[in-house]
Amino acid sequence: MISLPYVIALSGVLFAIAVAGVFLNRRNVIVLLMCIELMLLAVNFNFVAFSRFMGDIAGQIFVFFILTVAAAEAAIGLAILVVVFRERQSIDVEDLDSLQG
Amino acid sequence: MFPNILFFILGAVLVCAALGVILARNPVHCALLLVLCFFDSAVIWILLDAEFLGIVLVLVYVGAVMVLFLFVVMMLDIDTGQLRAELASYWPLAAAVACFLIFAVINVIAVRHLGGAVLRSAPPLPAAYSNTRVLGTALFTRYAYPAQLAAIILLVASVAAIVLTLRGRRGVKPQDIAAQVAVRARDRVRIVKMASEKAP
Repeated sequence: MISLPYVIALSGVLFAIAVAGVFLNRRNVIVLLMCIELMLLAVNFNFVAFSRFMGDIAGQIFVFFILTVAAAEAAIGLAILVVVFRERQSIDVEDLDSLQG
Repeated sequence: MFPNILFFILGAVLVCAALGVILARNPVHCALLLVLCFFDSAVIWILLDAEFLGIVLVLVYVGAVMVLFLFVVMMLDIDTGQLRAELASYWPLAAAVACFLIFAVINVIAVRHLGGAVLRSAPPLPAAYSNTRVLGTALFTRYAYPAQLAAIILLVASVAAIVLTLRGRRGVKPQDIAAQVAVRARDRVRIVKMASEKAP
């Protein structure tokens, strides 16, 4: 059986990579959304691992809800992205500054 | 021993694929590497005896969400060369934040031993254990209201996505249904009273 610290370490590394991705990809909103999906995946790893090792099914229920919310978030985020691209012909993060005043 | 070896191989592939997601130049490659990440994670979850969630991850993420991503990536015609021009200037900050996060996780695991909790080995599962049955029992009894809320969230999200992307086309002449229904006979037909002519 896999031991818990390895799974937590893997999830931590995955989350760190995703955060680094948010910093690196300042030019493309789609890749930012993918990094957010990666972060949610890393968090789900923690839930699944602790659910198994503590013998409590509630963790897996939470993963279920996180998957639901992440799917909704991806759908709305991509819809907003399509509308933004239609308005401006660009999804560059630097171009989306009309709220700066 | 075999699950451990499998876990290390899958973990290495997962980390490499995640690095590929954030470093690939082409958004299509990013999306495909993210699909690899999800498949990989599904296998690791199945190794952790979460079979149902592993399959759900493949079905929902690979089957729906990533297809949506790929669809949008290919539909929006993006100039990939110009998008990555300023990649180099941000990387020290990104590396610093990532190193700090990894250090924090290693600190919790190795130095503090997860707060003293000894969870080195998982409790053995009963012989007739069914992950799907246990999950379903919990979901439809104790977590029934949250499940309904999740359904409402999905409904709202799908309606919102349609409303956001719906647009009226310019340059076409559509019917105005409300005006057609609201029209009355006296607006269209004028009855003129006039004296009838005598027959010759």
